[in-house]
Amino acid sequence: MTFRTPSRIFLSGLALLMILSVLSIGIGVSDLGIWGTFSDPDARQILWEVRVPRTLAALLAGAGLAVSGQAMQILVRNRFIEPMSAGAGQSAALGVLLVTLLVPSAAIWVKMVGASLAALTGSLVLMAILRPMPPTQPLLPALVALVYGGVISAVVSFIAFQGDLAQFLGSWLTGEFSGVLRGRYELLWIAGGASVLMYLIADRLTLLSLGEDAARALGVNVGLITATAVAGLSVVTAMIVVSVGSIPFVGLVVPNLTARLTGDNLRRALPLTALCGALMVLGADILSRLIRFPYEIPVATTVAVIGAVLFLVLINRDPRSRGAAGVNPAASADRKGGSHV
Amino acid sequence: MIRISGLSHSIAGTPILRDIDLTIPRGGITALIGPNGAGKSTLLSLIARLQKIQTGTITVGDLTIGTASDQDLARTLAVMAQSSHVQARLRLSELVSFGRYPWNRGRPGPQDHARVEQALERFGLIPLRDRFLDEISGGQRQRAFAAMAYVQDTPYLLLDEPLNNLDIAAARDLMSLVRDMADTDGRTVVIVLHDINYATAFADHLVVMKDGAIAAQGRPDQTVSEALLEQVFGTRARVEILQDRPVVLV
Amino acid sequence: MSDTALAPARSRRRILPLSLRLWGLLILLVACAAGYMLIGAEAPWSFLLPYRGAKLAALVLVGVALSVATVVFQTLTANRILTPSLMGFDALYIFVLTLMVHSLGATAYANIPVGLIFTINLGSMALLGLLLFAVLLRLARGDMVRLVLTGIVLGLLIRSITEFVQRLIDPNEFQTVQSLSVARFTQVDTGLLALSSLAIGVGLVLAWRLRLRLDVLALGDAAATGLGEPPAKLQRHAMLVICLLVASATALVGPMASQGAGPSSFFGLIVTAIAHVLTPTHRHSVLLPSAALIGGIILVGGQLMAERVFALATPLIVVIELIGGGVFLIVLLKRRAA
Repeated sequence: MTFRTPSRIFLSGLALLMILSVLSIGIGVSDLGIWGTFSDPDARQILWEVRVPRTLAALLAGAGLAVSGQAMQILVRNRFIEPMSAGAGQSAALGVLLVTLLVPSAAIWVKMVGASLAALTGSLVLMAILRPMPPTQPLLPALVALVYGGVISAVVSFIAFQGDLAQFLGSWLTGEFSGVLRGRYELLWIAGGASVLMYLIADRLTLLSLGEDAARALGVNVGLITATAVAGLSVVTAMIVVSVGSIPFVGLVVPNLTARLTGDNLRRALPLTALCGALMVLGADILSRLIRFPYEIPVATTVAVIGAVLFLVLINRDPRSRGAAGVNPAASADRKGGSHV
Repeated sequence: MIRISGLSHSIAGTPILRDIDLTIPRGGITALIGPNGAGKSTLLSLIARLQKIQTGTITVGDLTIGTASDQDLARTLAVMAQSSHVQARLRLSELVSFGRYPWNRGRPGPQDHARVEQALERFGLIPLRDRFLDEISGGQRQRAFAAMAYVQDTPYLLLDEPLNNLDIAAARDLMSLVRDMADTDGRTVVIVLHDINYATAFADHLVVMKDGAIAAQGRPDQTVSEALLEQVFGTRARVEILQDRPVVLV
Repeated sequence: MSDTALAPARSRRRILPLSLRLWGLLILLVACAAGYMLIGAEAPWSFLLPYRGAKLAALVLVGVALSVATVVFQTLTANRILTPSLMGFDALYIFVLTLMVHSLGATAYANIPVGLIFTINLGSMALLGLLLFAVLLRLARGDMVRLVLTGIVLGLLIRSITEFVQRLIDPNEFQTVQSLSVARFTQVDTGLLALSSLAIGVGLVLAWRLRLRLDVLALGDAAATGLGEPPAKLQRHAMLVICLLVASATALVGPMASQGAGPSSFFGLIVTAIAHVLTPTHRHSVLLPSAALIGGIILVGGQLMAERVFALATPLIVVIELIGGGVFLIVLLKRRAA
């Protein structure tokens, strides 16, 4: 009956998502009322211009973050890495910044392409750095990735200061949905599309997690699948950064939780991952709006608090249960081997 | 004399030591042996105050572990730990001179220098004195740690599996140095050993542990037998007497 | 461990004795300070001396305090890449500040004497710092990589919580906190300068007195216990010194963290990395002054370059973070190769 449990979880998750979506549409400074949305044209306008786009944006961003996190974890064979904090997110910001500085009048789609290409480059460089690392120390790549992201973000700050854009950067990089209106979030549908693309190659990605040689032996075109997945997750990350800003930890935490429920078969895991990602971001956004109503807390801040706690739990879980997370027990014997720096 | 009474210890609910009463005589070498997980190293680390005592008491000479001052204990009891991995980048002679710390609190005088010189000489470390610890072999490093314990000038010396990862030459070499410290300087040595044959060859007194309790103790020739091997270690092996001491044929 | 063959040649090579190297660093620091006071001096000296003097004093104090704190912290945790700032010690400062503004209101806060704020901040940071450190050691369980990663994520958590609490308070009060919580070497309150130099002075004396015990601790927990220096005792003592130094430095100029994105200040990391290269020894009687001098040189020299030579629009901290992050990555990757 193992397959029943996830599907039941999936259905109850879906129900919860419905409830949260209705709640999200209902919350705002102006009280819409159920009947108002039918009769009052102003209320209808708020509904379609603000509330619905905002809810959709949270759903799309959350699902995209979680799916791209899981794809990245397969590609680098490490559970503690996600694109948003491991270079792709910061690179996307760098891309937008450079386009803004070099071609101030550039259209949004130019920025979008710039961000995607930069995110792609950032991800590829990280993968090249991590590639030679032995799997015996699962936390080391996570550390390298986090610092790598930090370095790129320092480059972004430096350029922003030199280009007199620092003010703009601070408010813009922290992910929040308060600026989402109709016409200002549609890029996220591209992120949604890229997530679907990754679902389509899910089986082959799963095989890739067995190791490149094993995957090749099973007839997987390793180069093509890797390229598709990297491109997909770069596009997702770039679209989210461009339209709502950076949202950390979702891609780290959610795949780890769903892998415990469904295992690592991506075809089964990805839909649940997407659902949980959407739940987490939408839930956090609702919380961010309610806590100090009518003011808002950026969703990234709320997510960061929740995500950092969950991440601490993940990396410090009891070693006995860590086997399930694909963590090599050799790491715990590490100190005797000379783990000093 | 080291007296242990009513000593119990558990880690995460699992009992490691069960109500141990043991007296380790003054002088000579006492070896703790037993199968993996018998609690030998835990017992040694409790005497060495590397872990906190949960129940029971341990006295070393007239000092009680847990109440005596750190400095008094450091002048009474030297410890050579299992993994002697040092983070700091040290030269060998610098490491050895740390053995004088309990006496000089980090401010070495002429006497301390002379003592270190003597130790380097005695342990055959003069040619290696300016080498960094990560540049010498495992056997040489263990010898350096032994020299460090030697200059600490304590009546008691504890060693936890010092022969790990040493080849036969380095292992025999180290054990003769330890033997010599017991004979010439009258130190009381307590050592955890894996290899029973090393224990019977070098120790005066054996303490055999199993499942956190003392299974047997006494002189090597009166303790090690085929019956003991089967009972404690769960293996049938022949024991021959060669030159008056028991040897396990593996 | 990998290069035994090269070892003898390398171990005998010591071109300059350590004491000379320390003197060299001191001379360099004095030169940087002189350059900072003299270069581009166009206003009358009656104005320049107190103005630049106060800034210079702040730079030196902060550089020295954070560097010494980092050396002590790294010996305590037996690692060379985690620093107090990296794990959010200075974010604790904003946290306490935010809580104070939040509970008292911006106006009431502005009326509290500087000395009292300083004392409250110091005390609460020391308390929270000890707590944080205890959590870290408990979680790390002796695994170095876990220690560093946990430390960094704890730092991110503290920053996020701080930001969260900041958003909970009134937008006007939020402004107050924001203006207080960016590292600033531009304006220095002389009263605060006197207070924090006193506190930092005490911290430095205490750190210096720990130097011989820290040498022993660097041998590892077991060896230190055997020599009569049980780590637990020393750790509490040393953590208080670290909290005193970091808190005073942070109270003086604000936290060294930049925009809050990613791991923040790598300042201490750069300093200790350079100190281990320039003065390679285990002895804290050399490492502590060496790191202190290097810290001063980097801040004073860096500020001199940024302000007068390159006329950068970027705050020095961002540049330090950029270089420091690179150093961090190199240290990590080199360690893997070894």
